[in-house]
Amino acid sequence: MKIKYGIVVFPGSNCDHDAYYVAKKIINEDSVFLWHKENDLQGSDVIILPGGFSYGDYLRTGAIAKFSPIMDSVIKFATNGGIVLGICNGFQILLETGLLPGVMLKNESLKFICKDVYLKVENKNTIFTNKISEDILKIPIAHGEGNYFADDKTLEELQENNQIVFQYSSPEGETTDKFNPNGSKLNIAGIVNKNGNVLGMMPHPERSSDSVLHKTDGIGIFRSITETIKSKLIEV
Amino acid sequence: MFKATVIIKRRPSILDPQGKAVEEGAKLLGFDNIDGTRIGKYVEFNIDAEDYDSAEKEVKEYAEKLLSNPIMEDFEFHLEEAK
Repeated sequence: MKIKYGIVVFPGSNCDHDAYYVAKKIINEDSVFLWHKENDLQGSDVIILPGGFSYGDYLRTGAIAKFSPIMDSVIKFATNGGIVLGICNGFQILLETGLLPGVMLKNESLKFICKDVYLKVENKNTIFTNKISEDILKIPIAHGEGNYFADDKTLEELQENNQIVFQYSSPEGETTDKFNPNGSKLNIAGIVNKNGNVLGMMPHPERSSDSVLHKTDGIGIFRSITETIKSKLIEV
Repeated sequence: MFKATVIIKRRPSILDPQGKAVEEGAKLLGFDNIDGTRIGKYVEFNIDAEDYDSAEKEVKEYAEKLLSNPIMEDFEFHLEEAK
């Protein structure tokens, strides 16, 4: 039995095909594109908000995408416990919708950064990370606005509830300023919501999931999601 | 018809790397007396409303829901009858 990945396509999405490819060809599950003007999630088991520059990043990243018709359905899906993964611009959209707390500021360096970074997997007890065996992943980032910001109270809550899933780190897992590429608070690269069913991450796992590229550290995230859904379906 | 102008500013507690970079430029130009540069956004639009109060209500809602993000920005606006 296959599960279905729904990949939302906004005007300006540019990592939608990569996500579709990984779901369909690498982990061999069903995958479907969901145009942002529609509101039917077509029975998807998991929704991916892909990377890119939805609406040209005008006003603020993700600010206009949050009002796309499909987002009403995605928000309802997430509120009812549906699994949602926002990658890069998808993370920015999740922040704008309020499904995840905080905002993204411009990178501290003001530069667009495109490079492989190391991530410490801070929480392996999530839907998105429970099949990851490594403690440190090497996954690329590609963004101009990935400088995660939230007030101190929110940051404390994120820590208390183990909502910080990925932190920028050294290859050995050291999470100091030196290994923070963009100025993010607490080196945050990815967080989940309180219920643990919505993950936002700036790095691109879909760009490091095919062995042809000689980097496959991203695949564990897709495997974790898939296995979690399948185990739940068996339970029912 | 009313004409609205909205100014969106970064909250004082939020770092503004763009403002900082522009201020570096000011220093290069020789403006050593410039300090605290912050960059925001200016939005203007017309709004068709019955009266000032209803126009004001809509401008506020527009600014709160879309034009600004309250986590990092504050806004102020000016509203006048279009001539």
